[in-house]
Order: sequence, then structure tokens, then C-alpha cells
Amino acid sequence: MTVRAIRVIPCLDVDEGRVVKGVNFVDLVDAGDPVELAARYDAEGADELVFLDITASSDRRDTIIDVVRRTAEEVFIPFTIGGGIRTVDDARRLLRAGADKVSVNTAAVERPELVAEIAAEFGSQCATVAIDARRTADGRFEVFTHGGRTPTGFDAVEWAQRVERLGAGEILLTSMDRDGTRDGFDTELTRAISAATNIPIIASGGVGTLDHLAQGVTEGHADAVLAASIFHFREHTVADAKRHLAARGITVRPVDDEPVRFDS
Amino acid sequence: MTGDRPLVAVLDYGIGNLRSAEKGLQRAGADARLTADRSLIAEADAVVMPGVGAFAACMDALHGSGLADAALESIESGRPFLGICVGMQMLYEGSDENTGVPGLGVLPGHIRLLPDTVRRPQMQWSPLRVVRDTPILAGLDGAWMYFVHSYAAEVTDDVVAVCEYGGDITAAVERRNVFATQFHPEKSGVNGLALLGNFVTNLTRAPA
Repeated sequence: MTVRAIRVIPCLDVDEGRVVKGVNFVDLVDAGDPVELAARYDAEGADELVFLDITASSDRRDTIIDVVRRTAEEVFIPFTIGGGIRTVDDARRLLRAGADKVSVNTAAVERPELVAEIAAEFGSQCATVAIDARRTADGRFEVFTHGGRTPTGFDAVEWAQRVERLGAGEILLTSMDRDGTRDGFDTELTRAISAATNIPIIASGGVGTLDHLAQGVTEGHADAVLAASIFHFREHTVADAKRHLAARGITVRPVDDEPVRFDS
Repeated sequence: MTGDRPLVAVLDYGIGNLRSAEKGLQRAGADARLTADRSLIAEADAVVMPGVGAFAACMDALHGSGLADAALESIESGRPFLGICVGMQMLYEGSDENTGVPGLGVLPGHIRLLPDTVRRPQMQWSPLRVVRDTPILAGLDGAWMYFVHSYAAEVTDDVVAVCEYGGDITAAVERRNVFATQFHPEKSGVNGLALLGNFVTNLTRAPA
């Protein structure tokens, strides 16, 4: 019987309440209303959703609260909000509005106790830590912040182990070398983090084909796979992705959600 | 009852995301209200206790809000009661997560850490295996539901459904008027809404 079922997670970049898509955050194109897109992904079989709030102006940040509220009215699968969360109060507002998890990145690097505070207040299942990593010249992986622009000197494997000890319930791991390239996940990075921790790892960054998703699992040992652009412009549906994974022998929640028949 | 829609009180004791349970029950046909108002809870047709986070934090919040007594009173009244996730775990005697913090003790048994052989938390969809038929699980044998937890109730006679995660894990239990799920029906798409719909439908059929 099945133990491990891989989650397929579409990611929506949200700027001032609208979904946008570009390559490495340049040439952003309006890709629609986040709630409509979320509902479509839900209908296609998405297992969870991630909204990344890239709104630059802090006085427009409340737009994401409205997106969370409206999503919670329409979409009955788990969703995570990342971007701009700096305090326990920031997390509380999003969770109270209907988000299931919050994802912290830069703020956690600057003040790691934030992870412990969120886990203590709302539980580890709410506390996702996003790690953006790049390869270094000596063959290791370094954590970057501020959308991959700022080196931290942190070793990604050590940082992943540290956030697990601090109470993170999950790691959203993005290869900044691959993000936007469509060359596939950096599966060495994913495998290194997966091996070093015992919490679920979401592989992110670089998906250009459906087989890249499968590689994240078979080669990267990820527990979940995240992609944005291949879904937004309907190159592939989430249903296509799940059928492809299933055809590769990877257990996923079936798209049509046919009940499993037990022989007992 | 508001028209045909049964009044369901969703206990608001101030932790994390409780809103999704309210929204799911509304979608399933209930007049669901997230509330800490004890008079409203006392007159509701059913009471739902969601829960996310650590066991002790939830127990503290439940006692601190005065809703532990409200939950116990509604269970003793015989009205249908639904516990979700940590809202289920709090119905037991205690949890390995915070030993020394008593639960409500409505259900016999303890909450145990998931096996060492699996990644924790279990954060994924898993199919249910119904081990005892009950109206709330009608049509849901084999249905995939969303789980996110590191601890689960030990398997007792109250279990009506399990999932497989390093062994049989308690997924749903039923004892008299109390039904509870380790998974999140409010986050389990159409299957979860079907479960909530079964729960709400049973309320409208129950004698006034």
C-alpha cells in the first residue's frame, strides 16, 4: 500500500493582487486573477498552491490579505503564502484570513528565531522556510536572499538542518541557478537537502518539461514538486503533470480522484 | 436551524487558520459560524472543533478562551460534534507531543508520534480505508484526503477509517455523537466537502 504520495504544487507570483509571470522577474506579464487561477488549478488536480507575494511597495501589501480571503472562500485545498513575512503578526494576519502555511525566507536568515516563533505560535505545519540556493565554486550550495541577489555565506545544507531544528515543517527549495532557465531542477541540490533532513522538501526552480517534475522525485528525492510557468500559459495542465508522474511510476493523488479500491 | 440550513458553531479559540473550516461547512450547506459566543454554541445544531498547531498550544488556547467547557457541554448534550486534526487529538487523554498536558478525555487513548521510518510531518494526500461503515463516510472508502500531522491517535475501537503511513494510521474515529478526523476535510477538495456534506445532511435528518 502507498506510503508516500508526491504533491504537485503550482506557484503563483502575485503583484498587487494580480498574477504575473516573467523570466527572473523581468518583463512581467499579467497572467490573471489569482483566485480564478487557483480555482482552475484545484479543478485540474493541484495538491496545494503557493502564492508568492512580490508586491514591492509595502503600503500595497494588504492586497495579498484580500487574495487570501477570496481564495479561502473558493478553494478547498491547502495554500501557502510567501513574500514579505517578517514577524509573527504578519503570519497571524495571513493565517487568520485563511492561509494554511506561511513561507519565510530573507527574514528567517536575518533572524532565525522567527522560524521558532512561528512554529511555537501556530505549529510546525504552518512554518515553511524557503531556501534560495546557488552553487559555489568549491561545489557546495550557498543560501541567497532578496530574490537570489544577496549572498549570505550560509551553507544551504547546514541552514536546512538548522531550520528543521528551529521547527520548520517543510522546506521550499529553489535553485537560483536554474530558476527561470527551464533546464530542470538542480537535482543534486534537492537530493543533498532531502538526505540531510527529515521534513518534506518541495523542489523548485527550472521546470521546463513534465519530465523535469519526475526527475525532481526520482533523482532529487523531493516530496513535492513546484512549477509556475509551464502551468500558467497552459503549456501543460496540472492533470498532465500528474498523469506523467504516474506513468513514471510515481504515486500521486489521481487526477480524476477515482477512489482507491481495497481488496479487504 | 436557519431555514433549511443547520446552525453549526465552529469554535473560535484564536489559533491559526480556523476560517477554512467555517467556509467548508458553509459550502457544504450549513449556516456555519466561527464563534466564541457560548450562548450561540449552546443553541447550535452541531459543534465543530478545528485545530492546527502544537497540542499544548491548542489546549492552552481552548482553556484560555473558555471554550473547553463549551466543547464538553456540547458533547454531553448529545448533539453532533466534529473534531478536526488537533481538534480531534484534544478529545483524547493526552499526547506524546506535550506529556503532562491533559486532553479533554472524551475519547479513550493517547496521541502518539508517527513512526521513525517515515518523513514527519505526514504532509500529503492519502487514501482512506474505511474499517467501519458510518453515514459520515458514505461513499468515501478509498477517497484521498489531505493530512498534515506528526502525531496521531493510537488505533482503538473507535477507529472508522485509517490511512497507510508507515503502518495503519488513525484517520477518522466515531464514538456516539462524536466524529473526528485526523485529516482536514476543509482542505481535501471535493472529497472533503462530501464528508462535510454528509455531516450536515445528517443534522437535517436528525429529530428536532
